[in-house]
Amino acid sequence: MAATNPDESKGEGVERRDFLTIATTAFAGVGIAGAAWPFIDQMNPSADVLALSSAEIDISGIPVGQEITATWRGKPIFIRHRTEEEIAKARADDNNPDLIDPETDAARVQRPEWLIVIGICTHLGCIPLRYQGDYGGWFCPCHGSHYDTAARIRKGPAPKNLYLPPYKFLSDTLIKIG
Amino acid sequence: MAFQTNSKIVKWIDRRLPIFSMMHHELYEYQVPKNLNWWYTFGSLAGIILMLQIITGVVLVMHYTPNTELAFDSVEKIMRDVNYGWLMRYMHANGASMFFIAVYIHIFRGLYYGSYKQPRELIWMIGLVILLLMMATAFMGYVLPWGQMSFWGATVITNLFSAFPVIGEALVTWLWGGFTVGNPTLNRFFSLHYLLPFVILGAVVVHLWALHTSGSNNPAGVEIKGKKDWIPFQPYYTAKDMLGFAVFALVFSIFIFYSPDFFGEPDNYIPANPLKTPPHIVPEWYFLPFYAILRAVPDKLGGVLLMFGAILVLFVIPWLDTSKVRSARFRPVYKWWFWVLVFDCLVLGYVGSQPPEGALILIGRLATAYYFLHFLVIMPLVGWFEKPLPVPASIHDAVLADKKAKESADA
Repeated sequence: MAATNPDESKGEGVERRDFLTIATTAFAGVGIAGAAWPFIDQMNPSADVLALSSAEIDISGIPVGQEITATWRGKPIFIRHRTEEEIAKARADDNNPDLIDPETDAARVQRPEWLIVIGICTHLGCIPLRYQGDYGGWFCPCHGSHYDTAARIRKGPAPKNLYLPPYKFLSDTLIKIG
Repeated sequence: MAFQTNSKIVKWIDRRLPIFSMMHHELYEYQVPKNLNWWYTFGSLAGIILMLQIITGVVLVMHYTPNTELAFDSVEKIMRDVNYGWLMRYMHANGASMFFIAVYIHIFRGLYYGSYKQPRELIWMIGLVILLLMMATAFMGYVLPWGQMSFWGATVITNLFSAFPVIGEALVTWLWGGFTVGNPTLNRFFSLHYLLPFVILGAVVVHLWALHTSGSNNPAGVEIKGKKDWIPFQPYYTAKDMLGFAVFALVFSIFIFYSPDFFGEPDNYIPANPLKTPPHIVPEWYFLPFYAILRAVPDKLGGVLLMFGAILVLFVIPWLDTSKVRSARFRPVYKWWFWVLVFDCLVLGYVGSQPPEGALILIGRLATAYYFLHFLVIMPLVGWFEKPLPVPASIHDAVLADKKAKESADA
């Protein structure tokens, strides 16, 4: 493109000045976005928070039919030693068409007697109460969500089953979460 | 009459920084309708309460510690050990409730007299921005004492954002600065709770700027047309607003000195426990109608969207209201719907305060439906079909007509 005198090309076509304006604005825009990122990212979990990402828990002291609350990343983890009856009840509902978030019981446990879930209601984050509600599992007092003995949502506003934390059995009595 | 003075010092300053001229212009030359009733004092009252909140808040920060290990105890220290700390905190906590009462009355007054209508749309919309800022500020302030309601209120409200598809979870983690509400959350809420009141103050200045451009609406809903229609703000409305403030101070004192925890929840005197949710979580009273709307929808995202929608819909009412008449005083049909809306909001508030069980679920849903129908359907339709009463020719005529009516009623 031949250099044009601004006076001659007034109001016609793309000028050198238009190009410079757009290029400068775009450059400044990218710069501002880049500079803004540290200010946004500083609010994300810091290194020390991320470092607390695994927990080992001894489950030998939990008798059948009992449940404890452990913590992992500051979140409550429900560890329930399920009875045969609870397991059977959960399995009986595996194909129930009324499941809100369909999942089989087997898909939610590594060993059927141990149900390990994050104890945070998937609605708005309250802690559900154990052994309550219409399905023998948990009941969230905040907005009335009922969970069954596989911690699946059965009734109420919560959209999902209680989430499962990543965990593995280090031995028969020791689990590692995270 | 322009600003005049004999003081050489004032002249010297005003020549360089015309602050005296400006104050004179906004207080003595600014034309205020002479028929404003008591409902119009709540705007300036809200402004005074904002200043009280800022003053007591700055004092509280001198003694408060924003750390999850220390926050609860530092608040108790303020209550027990700091000189007049109990007074500062009770003024601040009750002041928040008073602020919302004043602002809610101020908003309903605007709705009744059509203060949102042309040419005052922006005054109304900036006011709504102030309301949103107030809600954010109040919410974050309530978290600071780090009691059970603080913690679980923060958890439930921040979790609202997890309803958004795809980015929801990442957004909530970002808000928390961790995987649950914790120390990073408390620190940032403290920082923002200190900042936002000054942002509100800035928005108030813009609100007043727009107000002083179009002038105040009034109960007759007609514009100022001549000398007989207006009086200067100073001394007339300053005096009236001061009397309003004095009455407010009496009411405020009753709460501070005789029932300081009237608006509070006893559960917030229990230190926050991240592993135990209180059996019945309720937000502060001023959020209850919105909480009822949130719970009215059995779907998580739907509930959240509807709750935000309850305020967003107010932004467009200047265009939803099709009536040519401003004041509901001359709108025989709409007037009744207005009171239905007031009642509806009270019902929503009650439903929000109760556990969601039985008939209350249905009532909550009906009340939510009415809230939206009121603005989206009733407002446009009534404006079309209603035959308004004759509107007075001027503010002066409206005042005379009122006087005449009062005299014949007394006789």
